[in-house]
Amino acid sequence: MSAVIEEHHDDHHHGPDKGIMRWVLTTNHKDIGTLYLWFSFIMFLVGGTMALIIRAELFEPGLQIVQPEFFNQMTTMHGLIMVFGAVMPAFVGLANWLIPMMIGAPDMALPRMNNYSFWILPFAFGMLLSTLFMEGGAPDFGWTFYAPLSTEYAPPSVTFFIFAVHLAGISSIMGSINVIVTILNLRAPGMTLMQMPLFVWTWLITAYLLIAVMPVLAGVVTMMLMDIHFGTAFFNAAGGGDPVLFQHVFWFFGHPEVYIMILPAFGVVSAIIPTFARKRLFGYASMVYATASIAFLSFIVWAHHMFTVGMPLAGELYFMYATMLIAVPTGVKVFNWVATMWQGAMTFETPMLFAIAFVILFTIGGFSGLMLAIAPVDFQYHDTYFVVAHFHYVLVPGSVFSLMAAVYYWLPKWTGHMYDEALGKTHFWLSFIGINLTFFPQHFTGLAGMPRRIPDYALQFAEFNMLSSCGAFLFGFSQLLFLFIIIKCIRGGKQATDQVWEGAHGLEWTVSSPAPYHTFSTPPEDLREAHG
Amino acid sequence: MSEEADIRTLRTVRKLLFAVVGMFVFGFALVPLYDVICDITGLNGKTAGQYVSSEPAVADTSRTITIQFLTNNNAGMPWEFRTEKRAMTVHPGELNQIDFYARNPADVTMTAQTIPSVTPYYAARYLHKTECFCFDQQQLAAGEDIEMPMRFIIDREIPADIKSLTLSYTMFDITDQHTSQQASD
Ligand code: HEM
Ligand SMILES: [Cu+2]
Repeated sequence: MSAVIEEHHDDHHHGPDKGIMRWVLTTNHKDIGTLYLWFSFIMFLVGGTMALIIRAELFEPGLQIVQPEFFNQMTTMHGLIMVFGAVMPAFVGLANWLIPMMIGAPDMALPRMNNYSFWILPFAFGMLLSTLFMEGGAPDFGWTFYAPLSTEYAPPSVTFFIFAVHLAGISSIMGSINVIVTILNLRAPGMTLMQMPLFVWTWLITAYLLIAVMPVLAGVVTMMLMDIHFGTAFFNAAGGGDPVLFQHVFWFFGHPEVYIMILPAFGVVSAIIPTFARKRLFGYASMVYATASIAFLSFIVWAHHMFTVGMPLAGELYFMYATMLIAVPTGVKVFNWVATMWQGAMTFETPMLFAIAFVILFTIGGFSGLMLAIAPVDFQYHDTYFVVAHFHYVLVPGSVFSLMAAVYYWLPKWTGHMYDEALGKTHFWLSFIGINLTFFPQHFTGLAGMPRRIPDYALQFAEFNMLSSCGAFLFGFSQLLFLFIIIKCIRGGKQATDQVWEGAHGLEWTVSSPAPYHTFSTPPEDLREAHG
Repeated sequence: MSEEADIRTLRTVRKLLFAVVGMFVFGFALVPLYDVICDITGLNGKTAGQYVSSEPAVADTSRTITIQFLTNNNAGMPWEFRTEKRAMTVHPGELNQIDFYARNPADVTMTAQTIPSVTPYYAARYLHKTECFCFDQQQLAAGEDIEMPMRFIIDREIPADIKSLTLSYTMFDITDQHTSQQASD
């Protein structure tokens, strides 16, 4: 045990309670982090199964396996579960585990609320999944739930969908309040904001984004609820409403939402690359400013999702240029990661492999984003597989790879054991090949005009779709290997040192491995290495 | 945690909760904001309400504009709904009239609301309607029919590049909303 921990003299219990009630009642940030991570992993497998149903149907042209109605339910539920059930809670899990340890705080600022915000989630997603067994089926209007598809033409289960979104939204709002309060008020005495690790910075900014846009999401589903059940006409033209208004309000939430899913990933990668390049992060301050500018810009570009609704020319031009502007701070980040690796003494353990793949593949996603941002060509690309390829490149080898990198990187700190490096690398290469095989061909089918969200397609797209489906099954089944590696690491393995990685800096590496149940009950004094 | 830290925590939480409520309200404020912006700019092709002209209509005979009329029924609306002519050629500034016709073929009394939309959208604010059935709802008994005159002026200020425009009407069945409103009146 490290010196910090030996000074710790609590008269109440030092370790966790026993049994299931430990998890139900826990207010410990590490327990809650673990719960979030397992929950999101389960959702990842559930949403992944739906993706495989989609890809199985698309393996060949024609209808083989599912009916079009069910296909639409699968695309909708897959999107909703991955966004709200897998990626977002996984990052909240990392925040819970890491932020207090990184800033030298004993726990999150509001531990009781932390417990509630986690336990809301199983109810929210239980409710969402239950719609699959209801009469009329699950929601089938896409994860973007455009009105009037989601109001006048929706299945009766839409009301459950609305409540599930409300609950998930409340959970994220509570989570982000907790993150902000913890970061602003519980930093170790003497730690300035510019001494915080970049992961903490990116989460602080993400939490502000969440607080700004989750209430707007709650607002838009509330308007739907009122249109469906109380005879209002927000989105109903007959009553003086306007369906295009729905898209504006939705994307005012939706675009910042995509950055909510990527900013913490930037933080993770900014922690891992310096460790394995054995250099300090290049351009720390510019990273902070770039993150803040991306967050600000994300509020003023939403209509790039709506180039084809019939906007005036001035609007098309404005949203086109504003969107392209985001590429500038994003480019600063990519530049800084590459500069950090430049002339570094690099080694390629599994977290580093995932982080490097992140930098390359996320950048490809950024480039296809720039192509989509060109308003006149978006008229051709919109609602085709090119858009699907774009956002899967930024979300899967982007956000999801960063999450996997984070798990491998901090797993020894969490469990006290090293994971199996050979298996980890195998998992990486299977995922890397699988994901590129799945999504790279979709650029071509998209450019050739294959529309998204359809269960059948023209014969000319057959080869590329077959490749996509093979890649998807490869990627999907490799995640069982990931599960196996994690379980194996929890149960045993080489004892991890406190620092774990030779090049690791930051307060979380000064406590023993596994991290004791309570850390930093006495604030750390030496903050020189704090910013990682 | 010390008491001072508790107070700071509470203060931050209060501010953040305030922001949450503020953004929820902002979401709803987008609705009137959107309408106002569309009104000012005529962006979504919505036409304004009844036009009352302040001066007698003076035609600008140097220009002619073709205006086309479309009549659509929203899904599930059984009424017959058509126009006397498909298109008219008019001068800006003059007062014109065209008749629309509707019939309720169902065997129950029904109520309809018609919603206009103009293409190109930036022509919408130059189309002034002095009389239109779209300002009211129509209630027709089973089998009943009605002639509905529509009077309009195309503004003399209409941009020179607009040589033709389309006014499209969609008729919606609002019998349900109408009866529930009456019940609550
Ligand atoms: C350089 C940065 C980026 C640019 C310029 C960009 C641009 C765009 C544009 C113009 C579209 C609309 C395409 C269409 O529907 O026709 C789009 C869609 C999308 N983008 Fe990006 N994007 C960028 C980064 C990201 C990131 C970082 C994420 C998430 C992590 C993301 C997630 C999405 C998603 C989910 C959609 C599709 C939404 C849907 O219709 O279902 N994008 N992007
Ligand atoms: Cu966007």
